[in-house]
Formats: sequence, structure tokens, C-alpha cells
Amino acid sequence: MVKRRPAILVLEDGRTFQGEAYGSVGETFGEAVFNTGMTGYQETLTDPSYHRQVVVQTAPHIGNTGVNGEDDESSRIWVAGYVVRDPARIGSNWRASGGLEDRLAAEGVVGIAGVDTRALTRHLRERGAMRVGISSVEEDPRALLARVRQAPEMVGADLSAEVTTAEPYVVKADGEHRFTVAALDLGIKRNVPRRLAARGVTTHVLPATSTIDDLLATGADAVFFSPGPGDPATADGPVALAREVLNRRIPLFGICFGSQILGRALGFGTYKLGYGHRGINQPVLDRSTGKVEVTSHNHGFAVAWPGREQELSAVQVPGAGSGAVVPDQVIDTEFGGVEVSHVCLNDNVVEGLRAKDVPAFTVQYHPEAAAGPHDADYLFDRFAELIEGRALGQGRSEGRALYRNQSEGGN
Amino acid sequence: MPKRSDLKHILVIGSGPIVIGQACEFDYSGTQACRVLRSEGIRVSLVNSNPATIMTDPEFADATYVEPITPEFVELVIAKERPDAILPTLGGQTALNTAVALHEAGVLEKYGVELIGANIDAINRGEDRQLFKDIVAKAGARLGYEDPSTLVPRSRVCHSMDEVRETVAELGLPVVIRPSFTMGGLGSGMAHTQEDLERIAGDGLAASPVHEVLIEESVLGWKEYELELMRDRHDNVVVVCSIENVDPMGVHTGDSVTVAPAMTLTDREYQRLRDLGIAVLREVGVDTGGCNIQFAVNPADGRIVVIEMNPRVSRSSALASKATGFPIAKIAAKLAIGYTLDEIPNDITLKTPAAFEPTLDYVVVKIPRFAFEKFPGADAELTTTMKSVGEAMSLGRNFTEALNKAMRSMETKAGGFWSVPDPVGATKENTLAALRTPHDGRLYTVERALRLGASIAEVAAASGGIDPWFLDQIAGLVELRAEIVAAPVLDAELLRRAKRAGLSDRQLAALRPELAAEDGVRTLRHRLDIRPVYKTVDTCAAEFEATTPYHYSSYDLETEVVGSARPKVLILGSGPNRIGQGIEFDYSCVHAVQALRAAPAGGAGTGGYETVMVNCNPETVSTDYDTADRLYFEPLTFEDVLEVWHAEDTSGKAAGGPGVVGVIVQLGGQTPLGLAQRLKDAGVPVVGTSPESIHLAEERGAFGALLTRAGLRAPSYGLATSYDEAKAIADEIGYPVLVRPSYVLGGRGMEIVYDDATLRGYIGRATDISPDHPVLVDRFLDDAVEIDVDALCDADGEVYLGGVMEHIEEAGIHSGDSSCTLPPITLAGSHLAEVRRYTESIARGIGVRGLLNVQYALKDDVLYVLEANPRASRTVPFVSKATAVPLAKAAARIALGATIAELRAEGLLPETGDGGTMPADAPIAVKEAVLPFKRFRTPTGKGIDSLLGPEMKSTGEVMGIDTNFGHAFAKSQSAAYGSLPTGGRIFVSVANRDKRAMIFPIKRLADLGFEIVATTGTAEVLRRHGIACEQIRKHYEAGEGEDAVSMILGGDVALVLNTPQGSGASARSDGYEIRSAAVTADIPCITTVPGAAAAVMGIEARIRGDMRVRPLQELHAALRAAQ
Repeated sequence: MVKRRPAILVLEDGRTFQGEAYGSVGETFGEAVFNTGMTGYQETLTDPSYHRQVVVQTAPHIGNTGVNGEDDESSRIWVAGYVVRDPARIGSNWRASGGLEDRLAAEGVVGIAGVDTRALTRHLRERGAMRVGISSVEEDPRALLARVRQAPEMVGADLSAEVTTAEPYVVKADGEHRFTVAALDLGIKRNVPRRLAARGVTTHVLPATSTIDDLLATGADAVFFSPGPGDPATADGPVALAREVLNRRIPLFGICFGSQILGRALGFGTYKLGYGHRGINQPVLDRSTGKVEVTSHNHGFAVAWPGREQELSAVQVPGAGSGAVVPDQVIDTEFGGVEVSHVCLNDNVVEGLRAKDVPAFTVQYHPEAAAGPHDADYLFDRFAELIEGRALGQGRSEGRALYRNQSEGGN
Repeated sequence: MPKRSDLKHILVIGSGPIVIGQACEFDYSGTQACRVLRSEGIRVSLVNSNPATIMTDPEFADATYVEPITPEFVELVIAKERPDAILPTLGGQTALNTAVALHEAGVLEKYGVELIGANIDAINRGEDRQLFKDIVAKAGARLGYEDPSTLVPRSRVCHSMDEVRETVAELGLPVVIRPSFTMGGLGSGMAHTQEDLERIAGDGLAASPVHEVLIEESVLGWKEYELELMRDRHDNVVVVCSIENVDPMGVHTGDSVTVAPAMTLTDREYQRLRDLGIAVLREVGVDTGGCNIQFAVNPADGRIVVIEMNPRVSRSSALASKATGFPIAKIAAKLAIGYTLDEIPNDITLKTPAAFEPTLDYVVVKIPRFAFEKFPGADAELTTTMKSVGEAMSLGRNFTEALNKAMRSMETKAGGFWSVPDPVGATKENTLAALRTPHDGRLYTVERALRLGASIAEVAAASGGIDPWFLDQIAGLVELRAEIVAAPVLDAELLRRAKRAGLSDRQLAALRPELAAEDGVRTLRHRLDIRPVYKTVDTCAAEFEATTPYHYSSYDLETEVVGSARPKVLILGSGPNRIGQGIEFDYSCVHAVQALRAAPAGGAGTGGYETVMVNCNPETVSTDYDTADRLYFEPLTFEDVLEVWHAEDTSGKAAGGPGVVGVIVQLGGQTPLGLAQRLKDAGVPVVGTSPESIHLAEERGAFGALLTRAGLRAPSYGLATSYDEAKAIADEIGYPVLVRPSYVLGGRGMEIVYDDATLRGYIGRATDISPDHPVLVDRFLDDAVEIDVDALCDADGEVYLGGVMEHIEEAGIHSGDSSCTLPPITLAGSHLAEVRRYTESIARGIGVRGLLNVQYALKDDVLYVLEANPRASRTVPFVSKATAVPLAKAAARIALGATIAELRAEGLLPETGDGGTMPADAPIAVKEAVLPFKRFRTPTGKGIDSLLGPEMKSTGEVMGIDTNFGHAFAKSQSAAYGSLPTGGRIFVSVANRDKRAMIFPIKRLADLGFEIVATTGTAEVLRRHGIACEQIRKHYEAGEGEDAVSMILGGDVALVLNTPQGSGASARSDGYEIRSAAVTADIPCITTVPGAAAAVMGIEARIRGDMRVRPLQELHAALRAAQ
């Protein structure tokens, strides 16, 4: 209710919103995306996958519980800009160590408050994610629009190098050590090694440019491909690395960006969704059990339905699949049979892949949650079982010509 | 998993009368269930004794039994209908308890009836305190909690007072006492002292049907949360909604201000609640359906304690459904017949499945509505026993917007912060002191404390733990107020900010007197083009397109109202339930929607009107987004209604249509009626009876003149604005007199006064008397028969008598609290002719276009008009059910121009005859009121007086219907209070003037084998008439041994007959101890002579044991055939 300095938000199609400065005063650009979670703004802000994105929070009150020393998902805030309706004047929580706005200001995050975030969200839903600028120093929307249109687009963006760890580090298993996992950091969240550690896994987090030898040098029993920002079509390095891992039949698990990497390594396409999935209420069907899990999502790209790209993946249409049209078959790849293991029930987007003949599976969403529900936590158990070699024996099948297309290389 | 094919016939159990803790939310859920089941091709039978429910409209089930929800009657229904299954989870605790009783009695097994939606084990695990504790510990262990015992308050189940005392010796005071198997927290409370403990635990043991209470560690002041969950038979679980209580632990959630979604949890903490909720749900074993779990969270360290769960649809799930757009009851019904969540489409997006968790981009606030003014002497402190009688919900794009809207939805004298002056002498210190006791309107006290300089920390401490975030939000309003007051002019920027914060024009007017009140603020606002926009409740924060126009206002950028060229009708609802204005009015509003959607709207004649519902009561059917074409969840204030009308009218006209062609104000009770004149003056097309005609009926002078002109009798009366004037009138017309403020509903502030001293006291208390609001002083007709009439009148002046009801209690008892019969059982044909003549004259004289309710008194064969109300009355649903004629539907059509002749031709009204010409063999319907006395206690813990008078006190009603009066009355008693006794001891103490009239009924009871115990005076008279009776002293008479009060409290009495002794104030106090003892002991207590006579007939019917049940469909078919 206190008056703040005015700020403007301009989308690349020219739509302009007036608001007030929030966080740092200044100007920022990025891809406008909306997140529908009602909790977890601290995790969202510190999730590297939001690098170069301006996040619109649909929840009207942000900052109510302040910030604390435990809920960061990385070492810093990554969002390029922050759009909220009603920022809290105080944070109230027994774990709070400070207020959100102070933290945003301290990290130089330019935000805007007082925006009709629902109108903005509806616009993005109808027109798709697009570039945006926020400024509390520029008063002329046209001037800002010109700069928005010069900002880089998300399609074709290779961002792994900007978010990955500079040096390898190790997250030890809780209690008794069972396995070692080499995790390729493409923008990893802290809760991934934590969920692994809870299962006796020691995780070696490695820079995005690591080679297969770097991975193997950790003595890893398995490899993990992390979530992260950017267009998977640019991730040739990680894709090639994934193929090396598949070739070696090393158990592989990937999340989000990591899932898109596997998709590409298997020869599938990836594409940009209209406006993406960002929230913590997304229903995903585990096709192996027929059960629905409520999951945390943060992805603007997805793996195209193998063989049905045009039909099912061209646009993001709610109810596009509605179950019946979803193909239920095993797709042949150079690494053997692969099935779509998980789908989003809202729009039939591919949410998980499982290889039948090599020990690899991935999901497009976030079983590590943070923020979000823990329904998909079982996937870390599946990973542990896969490593343990108890996973249905599929990974050990020798029947397929695993190397048949090796010479053709990746995408 | 497709639906089960073996379920062809399901019996749905409703929740019976509206009582505190169980209100019309179960009509909402039950109606949804019936709709769903029938649309699946399943035969639906229904039992519900509440005639004011939509679900008991004959078209919602195949066989509708308006019969008592007791094992005895439900078994009769089962035997007759032979359903495959019973669905008991949508009818509140009443339905669930009845199902458990039927199971335990072997009835379900005997008839091969399956329980669906819940199983007995799960019900027991959820409701049995000790079992539930074990469940929580198991769930916690499974989730990896190191010490799962921290997840429940330390506690013990006790079955005797000795056990209670032992336990408290270990836990220390304070402790919480919770009886098992009671609803709405009845009988529970917190004991701070040993005396509290003895009293509350004693009552709790008595209130629990299994004589069991839980004594537990106090979590007073902790943060309180609820989750609403749903599970399908494939074990998919979703959390539909989180709800946070602004009032911390210690206040029943039904009495708390609550917010959705939770506002002060980090994701980690929220997910811990979610994990626990799901684990508990699975462990309890709720197979399918909805479930509600309550948690307490220690604000200091985050320790979570699971408080309780309800394995059924609840009041909170109705709130959650309205708050999120996720229809819990509807989905629960589908899950019960075998669907899974992913097979059910999301109702609002239609394209995404119901297997998801709604996410909100707005804030929802619910505020309870209390009625302490109706129960003088009742302790108004809020505790763990629910005392509120209704609630309002509001939605806004931020907390303060929602809060301010909810506060002005209350329709109390105060319409939000600053709308009434602070109490005289308010200081920071005494305001903080007042915060220590939870009370109705505590947020007003919070705001005042902050404004008077208290810090957030001080207020948090004084209020026993209201979260600082909420307090800071209110502090923000206090700062905004200072800015508004200090600003040289209220400019557009500041006004916009004030509206965004949710302040009403009225609140702003209070701060800026120069703006010439609310109208001035509105004029300024409209000149500056500051108007609300309307957002949509869509379950998904705009991620997907919504197809359902379920709107709420906000001062934001973009409106989502879609223009429509159809002619629109706005129907104004009745706001929060309160005593005197409850579900009956919502029923009429829903009927208007149904009738107008189907009606020819004129012109092209294609399709009906587009109906637009405006209401703020989350419990109701009217606020189901499936009911009207469009729903606006808005306060029913002039400002909010005017803006909705403007939005609909302009968008309709912009789309090339006529816009809003009518606004219906006469069906939602006094609330919309009170807006009629202002709306009309603002250019809104109010249809039906005109505001001028409404005024004619409500303004006593004009109405008196009308009666005189028509030659109709009415008790002499006068208008007074001072004691002297009142006394002069009383002297002229003679005592007793009936005094009351003008323009009231439910007899608010109405008293029968027998002498000058009482009259002086009454005028002294009525502080808001003014020349605009005089007090009415009427001659009171002692020992008259009261008659209630609901009638329709059209523009041609044709009158249709809907029904003539004869009250069982004599005049002087508020009509809402009296039982009555339809058709009348003692009135002669000449009386009915007179009633018809009077009603026609009044309807035409006023110019009624729609419904009219008239109350008459018949004394010594002379008919007097007591009052006329040109609107839908409380009895409309009862009359409609008893006569098979949908009066409210007809009223809505008449308001839009139809004539009675046309409606007869259409078949909406019978071709010939009316409710005044019922066939001789028509079934007798008895309406009985349900009173909430046992929910209240005085501050010292005694029961409150159950004496009836001219001020309405009942919360709900039931209907008993049968071929004769005795059976119908017995059913009504079974439905309202539990069955009349068929044997045992009856305690009698009657006033001298009633002794003669009481002899026959008491003699009859003695002949029927009852043992009679009487007080001295009564006993003497009875003996002289040869009635054997035992004599007992009154509690204040000296003597040895048991007195009347201790005997009643001792539980050895089956029925109390007590009529007030003497007259005036002493009448109130004499039998008080006796009546309150009956309330405490939960024994039927009859306080009038006619009531006693009716009870005798009912008891005879029960003793004969020939009770039968018949569905309404059958009764109505017979009625129609006879017409």
C-alpha cells in the first residue's frame, strides 16, 4: 500500500503494463514466463533453470515468509527479472533470516510490482512466452520496446556454461555410502544431490563441459543429467556425452533439461512449447502404473512425441491428447526400444522416457520438487534400483544392436 | 477405471435441519451428488427431513423421502426402496452417524446394502481419537519422522471423570476436551481451571454418544491450517485447497476468520503438511472421496501436530469448492461410483482432468457470522465449540481486498473498518486487553489497537498468536487510512490505491466527510473512471482458458466479463446465513434461476433469460457456479451490486443485447429488499413488487391506512421515538404490548411487554431509535391462533393462495420458531374464506407482483392482520413441498411479467384451485423449528434459557408429512429433536393460567403409562383430577432430597412440560433453571399448551408404532390428481 517508484513492463509484442519498482531499481530483459506455484518463491528465484527468464508469479502475495538460509536451490538468484502483484511488507516465519525485497535488491534483481499479473499471464498463455523488458529508469515504453526486441531469444540459447559449476564438488551420502553418481551440472538444484544422498548416494557434481573420462574418473556407478536453462537443440556437448554414457550402458537418469538431452541422444526432436509448464500442480501419468502424480514443472521445451511430432507436439493445447490418442508403443532407436513413460495429463506433453534396452530413464518434470509436491520422489528410488541392477533386467538385455547407428552420430 | 456397473440404485442421506455446525453446505454437496448420480443413469433415493433444501425438490431424486434422518426411519426407507448402496459422506456428521448406526444394527447387512464413499473402519479410525492418534504416528513413521509421537498432542481418551482428573494431573492445565462423535465440536472446550475441567469434561462425556472424551495437551495459540484432500480408488490423491486460520488455535475453525490459500507457509512447510495429510488419509483408509485434515503448527519452531480429520465432505470442503472452483462433492460422488480422478474432466477448463491441484491467483477470506444478540446471557467468547450461525466468503486479488469485502458482506451494523465510531474511551491498553479474549469482530479490535499505537508484536502477543503477516496487512490499512485522512484532496491515484486495498465507498466516506457520504464518493469515483474489473475463478491461475463465468470483483487492470446479447436477470441472494435469514431464501433464489433459465424471455423466444446470481455465502446452492448462467461472488452491498449490474448491463448492451432487463430483490430476504429503493433510484430495473410498494407494506402508517381503507382489522398500534410516547400508546391500547424496531427480519429486538418498567427498560436499550427508525408498539393478542399465508399476486391483481399455515404455538412466539401445520387443522371454512379475502385485499392494496407473506392472528373468531411482507418468506419452500407447487418459480416469472393465468396454462401453477383449497385427504405437513440452545452456555457454564418469544431463535426447520396430524407431528419431532418418548417419566410444571388447559393432555399421558412428576402447584391440580403424580420441589424451594433441576440433569426424565409462570419479566426467569436443565440434558422441553397437545398426539402415534414412509413424488402425484 506504500507508494513506490514507477516502473514499466513491455512485452515484445508491444503490450505494456504499468507498475512500481520492486527489488533493484534498473532495467532488465529476458523471456517472460509465468509460474503458478502458490508456495516456493525462494526456490523458484534460485533455480538456475530460470536464468535469463523474467518470472511472473501468478500467486498474488509474494515474500510473506521472507527468505531463509535453507531454501535456496543454488548459490544465487537466477531470474532475470521478477513480476509480482503484491509484495509482502514484512516476512513472517520462524526460519526467516531477512526480507525478500532486500535480497532481490542485494542481488541486483530488477522487479516490478503492482502489475495485473493475471492479465499478463492470460496474454502469455494466448500469445506464448516472449521477450520482455522491465524498467524503473525508463519512462518511455517505446524506447524500452526497442531494446526488448534487441534482446536475445530463448530459442537457440546455449546457457549451460553460464549456470554450471566452475569446479567439481562432492555431496556425500547420508549415512552408509551405497553408490556414486556423476552429475553433469547444466543448472542443477541443490535438492537433487540431497534426495540422492538420502538413498546412500554420493554425488560428484561436474561442470557442463566435462568429458566421459571426467565422469568415469569419479568412479561413478551411474550418471545424472541435471535440469537447466536454454534450448536443448544447442546442447551438442551434453548430447554427445549422453550417447557415450548410453554406449557404455552406464545407468543414466535425467531431469528436465537432462531429459531433453536424453531425448536428443536417442534421436528424438525437441521443441519449444507455447508457454511452457511452470508450476507445482501439474498432473503426470506414470504409464507403467496408471497412477497420477502431482508434480513440479519448469520447462519451456519438451521432447517431441517420437514419430508424431506434427500431430501432438506442434502446439501446446490443453486436452490435445486426452489419453486416447497417446500412442502406446515402444519406439525403435539406435539404443533399442524406448517408451514414453510419463505424460502430462493437461496437454499430453512427453514428461518421461524410458529405454528398454539400456539402463536409462528421464523425466521432464522435477521429482526433487523444491518447490512442489513430493509425489514423484519414488523416481530417485527407481534410479537407485537401476544402479543396483535390480531394475527389471531390462538394462542387461543384450538382444539389440546397440551400436548400429553409432557412425551417424547425434543430432 | 470406469464406473462400477453393479450400482443401479443409491440412497443418499442428507443432513437434516440447519443447525450450528451443519448448515446448507450439505444441501450444496447433496444436490451435486444427486445430480451426478442421476446423470450417470443411477436411480437415486434420498432421505432428508429439511424441506428448505434444493436436494429435496422432487426433480433431484427418483424417490425423495422428507423423513427423519434416524436409523428407525432410514431403515423404513431401505426396506421400501431396497437400494444397492448408501452414500453417507455428503450429509455431514448426521448422515455418517446414521450410516454407522445402521451398520451396527445389522440393517445394512440384512438388506444387502453396501456403504460407498467410506467404509466403517475408516470412519471409526477417523473419528475415534485413540485410533486416530495411532494412525498419525504410523503415517509419520512411514514418512520418516524420527519421533512420530510429536505429530499429535499428548493426550488420553477418558471414559469417566476420574480418568479425566488423573490425565490432567499429568498433562497440566490448560487442556483441551473433545468428545467423540459429536459435530461442530459440540461439547468441546478448553479448561484453564479445575472448575472448567469438571464442567466441560462432564458435559462432553454426556454429549458423546459413546461417553468418551479426549483430554489433550494445549496447542493454544499455534497456527491452524486445514487441507482438503480427495482420493480415488486407484490411490490417486490431490490436495484441493489449503486454508489458514487467521485466528490461531483455540477458536473453532468454523468461528475463525480463514484464508485460502495458506498465506504464511514456505513451500517446505506446506509440503510437510501435504505429505502428512496424504499419508494419514491412506492410513485411515478413506477409499474414495473427500476428506479434511486439520493441523496446528508451532510458530516458534514449526512443529506440526495433526488435530483431526473428517472422512467426509465438510463445511470446509464447501468453502474449498467455492474458493477454488473444484467441486469436491460432485467429484466425490463420481469417485464413489468408481471413476478415478484422471477420468473426470475439470469442470471449469473442461479440457484438463480433475486429477490436479487447483492453484489460486487471488485470495479468499471467510468470516463467520454470529448471533449472540439473540441469546442474551450466552457467553460470547469464541472457543473450540462452534457458535457461529453462518459465514460469508469473498475473493480479492489481495488479502486486504478480500478481507474488506468479507467484512462488509457480514451485514452487521459495522460495514468494515471505520464505518462505525470506536467504542467510547478506547485506549491502546484497553483495546489490547480486549484482544485477549477471542470474540466476534476481533479484527476490528486488531485494527483499533494498531491505530492507537500498538506495535505488531504487541498485537500478536495480545491476540494470542495472530500471525504478524496478517497484522502487518491490517497495519498497512491503518497507514493508508492516515494518508487518506491527511490528503488535501482524494485524488485519482490515492482513490485507486484505496480501492485496490478493498475499501468501500462507505468506508472512504467515513474518512472524508466532505465527499457527502457514500454517494459522493461513488460519484467522484465514477467521474475518475475508477471501477472494478471482474476476474474469473478458473482453478489454474489462468494457465488454461476457463469456460465457466464464475467472477469476483477486483480493482485491477483487465476485466474478463464476456458480453452476451441475451436478456439478463440479476438475482440477489441473501448473504450469510443468520437466524431469521437462512437457507429458505437461498432456496427461493435458486428456484428463480431455474424458472428464468427455462422461461421464454420474450422477443425471439429462443432460450430463457441469462441468469446472473450475486451472493457471498459459500455454503449455498445459489453460489454453485452450476446454478446460474453467471455467478458473481460479491458482497450484497449497494456499491458492490451496482457495479455488477453496471458490468453486466454495459457488456450486454455492447454485445448488441438488451443488457439487464430485471433485478430480482424479493427472494433473498431482507438483505436485497433493503437495497431495492436505492437500486431503483440509481436506474437499475428492479422487477417484481416495486420499492414503493415494499415501503407501503413496511411503513406502519401507510400500511395501517391501507388496512383501514380495505376494512381489515389489525391490532391497535402506535409509533414511538421516546419512552413517553411509547407509554402513552401503551396506556391507550392496553398491556400487553408487542414492541419492536421497524424494518426487521426474524423478530430482531422484538419483545412482549406487560408493564411500564419493562417498557422503559426496552426503550432504554434500543439505542438506535430515531425519528427515521421509530419503535412500533402493538397491542398483543394473548391466546390467539396465529396463521401464516404465502400468496402470489400478479399485475392483474389475481391472487393465488400458496398455502395457509396454522401455528401450533399461540401468537407471540415468532413464526420462525413455531411449529405449524399445512393444511390448517382447526380452522373452519369461514376462517379460510376470511383469510383469502384479507390476503387478496392486502396484495392488491400493496401492489404485489410476486410473493407476499401475511401473518394473521385469530382471536375469538376475529381475524387480525399482524404484518405483511411483500417478499419470499421463510415458509416458501415448506409450502412448496407440502402443496407440490413451486411458488418461488412462479414469483420469479410474475416479476418478469407473467400472469397467474399464464402460469396456470403453462402448468407451473395448478390449472384450478390453490393452496387455500386443498383436498380433504391432502397429507398433513408439520413444520418444526430447530433451536440452538444447547450450543450456548453462560460465562459461568450454565445452559441458557430455551423459552420462546417474539424474537426468532431457531436456526433451521424440519418437515414431517403424513396422512394425519399425529403421525406428521411425531415425525417432525423425531427429525428435529430425536424421537418423542414412548414411556418413562415426564416432568410437569405449568403456569397457573395454563393449568386448566393442561389437565387433559397430562391425563392422557398418564393413561399412556407415563410416570408424572410435578411441582407443588401443578401436582395439586393434577391430583384433584385424579392423575397420580409424584411431587418434587423447585430448585429454589427449601427442602430435602432431589429438586426438579437436579432430577432433569440426572437424566431420569424423558420429557419436560414447562409453561412460563406469571407475566412479563418474571415469566422469563421462573422456569429458566428448569428449561436450561432440559437443554443441558438434551431432553425435549415443551413450553406451550398447544405444543403439549400436539406432543400427546405424536406420542400416541409412536406408541401405535405404525409409522410409514412415502416419497414426495407419490404424495405430490396424489395431490395433483385430487386438484
